[in-house]
Amino acid sequence: MHARHLRARLKGWGGVGAMAAACALAVVFALAVTCTGSVASQASDPHRAGDRTAQARTADAPRAADDCEAPEKQTLSPSRADGPTITAIKNRPGEKRKLVVGVDQNSYRWGYRDPNGGESGRLEGFDIDLVHRIAEDILGDPDAVQFKAIPTDQRIPAIQDGRVDLVVRTMTINCSRLQDVAFSAPYFKTGQQVLAPKSSPVTGYDETLAHHKICTAKGSTAHAKLEEDRESGDLPASTDISTTVPNQLDCLVRLQLGEVDAVVNDGALAASQAAQDPTVELKGEAFTTEYYGVAMKKDADDLVRRVNQILVDFRQDTATGWQASYTKWLSATLDDDPSASRPPTPEYLRRS
Amino acid sequence: MTHTPNTGAPPTLPAIPPQQPSPTALGSTTPAPASPPAPPTAPTRRRTAFAEGVDQLRHAATTEPGRLRIIGAVLAALVVAFGAVTAWQMTDRAAAADAVLTSSQPLTSDAADIYRSLADANTAASSGFLAGGQESAATRDRYERDIATAAAKLVNAAANAEPGSPSTETITKLNRLLPEYKGLVERARTYNRQGYPVGGAYLRYANEKMQQEMLPAAQDLYTKENERLRADYADATPYPWPAIALGLVTLAALAWVQRRSYLRTNRVLNHGLVAATTAAAIVLLWLTAGHTLARSRLDDSYDHGVRSLAVLHDARIASLKARGNENLTLVARGAETTKVGDKTLDAYDHDFTREIDTLAKGLAHARRLADDDTGEKPVTAAVGNMTEWKKRHAAAREQDENGNYQQALDMVIGAKGATGECFDAVDANLATALKHEEAEFATAAVDGRDALTGLPTGAAVLAVLGAAGAVLGIGRRLSEYR
Repeated sequence: MHARHLRARLKGWGGVGAMAAACALAVVFALAVTCTGSVASQASDPHRAGDRTAQARTADAPRAADDCEAPEKQTLSPSRADGPTITAIKNRPGEKRKLVVGVDQNSYRWGYRDPNGGESGRLEGFDIDLVHRIAEDILGDPDAVQFKAIPTDQRIPAIQDGRVDLVVRTMTINCSRLQDVAFSAPYFKTGQQVLAPKSSPVTGYDETLAHHKICTAKGSTAHAKLEEDRESGDLPASTDISTTVPNQLDCLVRLQLGEVDAVVNDGALAASQAAQDPTVELKGEAFTTEYYGVAMKKDADDLVRRVNQILVDFRQDTATGWQASYTKWLSATLDDDPSASRPPTPEYLRRS
Repeated sequence: MTHTPNTGAPPTLPAIPPQQPSPTALGSTTPAPASPPAPPTAPTRRRTAFAEGVDQLRHAATTEPGRLRIIGAVLAALVVAFGAVTAWQMTDRAAAADAVLTSSQPLTSDAADIYRSLADANTAASSGFLAGGQESAATRDRYERDIATAAAKLVNAAANAEPGSPSTETITKLNRLLPEYKGLVERARTYNRQGYPVGGAYLRYANEKMQQEMLPAAQDLYTKENERLRADYADATPYPWPAIALGLVTLAALAWVQRRSYLRTNRVLNHGLVAATTAAAIVLLWLTAGHTLARSRLDDSYDHGVRSLAVLHDARIASLKARGNENLTLVARGAETTKVGDKTLDAYDHDFTREIDTLAKGLAHARRLADDDTGEKPVTAAVGNMTEWKKRHAAAREQDENGNYQQALDMVIGAKGATGECFDAVDANLATALKHEEAEFATAAVDGRDALTGLPTGAAVLAVLGAAGAVLGIGRRLSEYR
């Protein structure tokens, strides 16, 4: 958007900035070449051709899908300053002065409704803790939140249509999503893992998956990865990946009913599924590395910076911050030692 | 008939020659006699038998006793035919009227009940989810009762469906899906009690099964039973024109014979013929009056019963769907949206609005169709409940839009002042109205069916008596020729 809006925030980042600029130039050049080449491929692959034109139009060269390195670093540096987005949220009248957040209500210990919570619709979990923290920081009240439950494949449209201010819903930061929304710095580290019954012959993300049915959530990184790997041959071609569901938890239902043989999911979520059924387990090691981030509208720069600032505080706060939430919600399903899940020290490479 | 003075056996026979040669047999044998010598005997004999009969008839017609015999035979045949056609046509109509009353209408109602029970069970299950793990005894009872009703009505529908018909297929499908659905809900309950959100996922899966497979099948069954009901009405109500026409011909023939007899003998009354005329007249009157009455009562039962019932059933289903969508709005929490023009709306709330509009239209229609106070009162009450429901719903939506989920939840499934109260009241009032219309239908349909009671048997008996009368009456005249 703010195409050549170079903000002079180069303190000590001059070298990196210069490199980024060089990269940008290189990519713009590469795009110009592929664009002329794409005319030929348009008929055979209209979808991809469409994507390319979209990239060319947005001209956000450093974040183009094909050439995006370390997507988790493509975010703005933290700041407390209010901008137009935060002011608009703060100026909501009366009862509506709330942060509208897209969450999940089905992810055990991440964002869910305790069925035994009695007549209360209260959501809780690791993601929800973070939401309350953001609301407290921006609006001064941790409960000034309107939760909206959104299916996996609706996270991006919900942000783009302005139905939610932000999405805190175990959402992986990746290159293709960066074209549509802006992400905060990562707040959690995980990776794709296979979940299957203990008695299953599947041993992990390997050839034992041949002739098996795998369930994934529609619009999830897991599904994208499976499609990619099956095309490239890393996944046996006989693996049936056609079963997609609106929510990752629906995969556990299909697995228990015997409609699928395995589930591929972020390890963090797969563990919370395994926690609900003692007859299934995680098979093999994580075969990708992914980072969860808070997603926001692409032009909500002030909100992105503010959330990044909140995350800095969240990680540092040992009493009620990241560590406390991890212990409370996730140590039981993941590991007592949070080091595998702790996000790396953030880098803020995005400039505009 | 037994007094046969001169010509012996022939007179009674001509009407039914023992071996009537078919025209094709005659045609094929005609060119044959040319070459083979043996065959000609058979055709000539056959032709002679037929020709003989015609000759005898022609011969008999030249004398008065012969003519009387022919007249007697024709009259008896007419009266018997009239009775037979009447009995046959009215048996069909009586059977169809009985089917309307005892099978197709109850089955249509059953199909509507199956749909209602299934939709209601699903709504109860989703309310249970909204209320948290500890669903109330009332919700659980309601769910169990709905499932039991659906199962019982399915058994009944299966028993009454023709084997191999499309309805049987639908019923089999529903019978297979019902335990599947129940299994999913039971799993959901178990997981809910353990505090695992996968319970909610099972409930969503069960809901999907209900919405996408079971309710369409139940709708299909309802449509098919409705078609059957309409077909039964169509079989029961048309005028039996052949019987009526034959009756008029018989009466005319009897009148002509009696006039002829009067002109020839100057005697006014022939007891046998009078008896035959009376019998035929009674059958014709009974037929016309009985059928007209049956038809008008059946038409009443359709106009005031079946039509009202259909409208009320539809309204009840609309209110159920509206309630289901109201619950799902809160269950889904904005997960599903739909675009109307350039506005993005909550999909379930949008469906709620549509269903409540259908309900309003249905209630208005039912009110127009209601023909008495007892029928109109519950419908008017339901309209009141619905208005209140819309008001409370709007307030609950406002709370939800403002992010006050808990308040919205209380206003929808809470104990006092919630929209649930309004829905229950609408449902109860519609149940009352349905009961009333069902009774109206039954009264009219019973009248209609009873108007035909005994008509087929009566017509048959009277026809035999009439035929006997005609034969005796003619026999009396014949005996004068001894």
